[in-house]
Amino acid sequence: MLTPVTDEDGAPFWEYAARGELRVQACAAPDCGELRFPPRPCCPHCHSFDSEWRLMSGRGRIWSYVLPHPPLLPDYAAQPGYNAVLVELADAPRIRLAGNVVTTPDAPLNSLDAGRLRIGAPVKVAFTEVDGVTVPRWLLERG
Amino acid sequence: MLKDATAIVGIGQTAFAKHLPESEKALACRAILAALDDAGIDPSEVDGFASYTMEETDEVEVAKAIGAGDVTFFSKVGYGGGGSCATVGHLAAAVATGQASVGVAWRSRKRGSGPRPWKNTAAQLPTPGQWTRPFGLLRPADEIGMLARRYMHEYGATRDHLFNVALACRNRANQNPSAIMYERPLTREMYMTSRWISEPLCLFDNCLETDGALACVIVSAERARDCRQKPVYVHSAAQGLPAQHHGMVNYWNDDPLSGPAWTAARHLWKQADFGPEDVDVAQIYDAFTPLVPLSLEGYGFCGRGEGAAFTEGGALEIGGRLPLNTGGGGLSEAYVHGFNLINEGVKQLRGSSTAQVPDAATCLVTAGEGVPTSAILLRA
Repeated sequence: MLTPVTDEDGAPFWEYAARGELRVQACAAPDCGELRFPPRPCCPHCHSFDSEWRLMSGRGRIWSYVLPHPPLLPDYAAQPGYNAVLVELADAPRIRLAGNVVTTPDAPLNSLDAGRLRIGAPVKVAFTEVDGVTVPRWLLERG
Repeated sequence: MLKDATAIVGIGQTAFAKHLPESEKALACRAILAALDDAGIDPSEVDGFASYTMEETDEVEVAKAIGAGDVTFFSKVGYGGGGSCATVGHLAAAVATGQASVGVAWRSRKRGSGPRPWKNTAAQLPTPGQWTRPFGLLRPADEIGMLARRYMHEYGATRDHLFNVALACRNRANQNPSAIMYERPLTREMYMTSRWISEPLCLFDNCLETDGALACVIVSAERARDCRQKPVYVHSAAQGLPAQHHGMVNYWNDDPLSGPAWTAARHLWKQADFGPEDVDVAQIYDAFTPLVPLSLEGYGFCGRGEGAAFTEGGALEIGGRLPLNTGGGGLSEAYVHGFNLINEGVKQLRGSSTAQVPDAATCLVTAGEGVPTSAILLRA
């Protein structure tokens, strides 16, 4: 895996993931509360610098997906037939997370038959550790 | 006022190939000297330079190599292929406001024989990459493929529509002896049976990795009248960075399918004396085929969601509604980060293209869609 290089704004996402929680940055100003992704220092709506990390239900739908073929980087080339998806969160459809749909949380990246992927298919989050980093994975709701 | 205040009076290019022996710096100098010769302007008169990021050779190296005099304007536009047309825009503004008198823009690349940027994992892992790279979205083809599949899903676009784009570019390259794909026709069967790169994108949906360089020369409209070539006026120029944009992966915009083209287009047309219906020929950035229907919508040639259908019935071919990428484009002439589209626009308005649109008097040229972009309208 290309291990994520985090920054001050993005680090909490990965720290919460390590605890098995899918959280998204939100404005903490009392009259705003807008979710935002990717994380950043201030709110584009009200310009408050106060933020919190809101727990998501972990449910979403596939917004789109691709099936990358060679030439790929070595870690990914070793898992031919993997998918990369964009999941829109049920809690906030404008928040879309890149990820992978697999058959079980710890299954290989190419464990799902790509023919089962559909735009709009409901998915739920799961977490697994890869190369020392906990990453979200996605499972089909009607598995 | 920028409108028609400046003109492109010289264009130059090297050969295009999978491998050229010379360095990027040498190729850049050859293209720039060729462009100045085309204009009939001595290199010592150059006092303005504009380039865009991912260029290895900077203006300091170029200026001393070509023997430029004192340079009073230089700029480097961000976002790689999104900056191509902005170089012309920046120089036009500089010349129009008296900051420079002879401006040179260029692009030199060794992408054909050199390493591909996406293979440099250190460069791909700065912080924006944390939201995509760990999940195997590695290459621009993967990132644009994601938008392409959604576009196909929302609007009923098909692979045949993407093929229409690839075919129009290839047909024009087949007329252009300088194109890498000269004498190499493309058929629907070849397209449909080619290998996948990132489903739904196949081999022929991707541009060519190329070695080569191009340059153009910009002067005031007044001076242009005394140059060797027929002036091609910079009628309008714009850049576009939409709200909530995220380079290459515009996935966190409210509307990811309405990309930077829309932002650039609003400003581009606002300054122009004519509209999309008056464009005789277009050079639209085509690193990937789906960028063309998205751009056709963004620049107002059709409505939202109609870009794929627009490609039907030979619309993008010579004699069609909007002849496209008449040198072959990035898909079939050469992928030199879009600069060949600028020079091809100039050739069309001079009447010297290898696939000439009769009496072409207006041309739209666009830069990379999917990243902060730019565009120019050229006028004969």
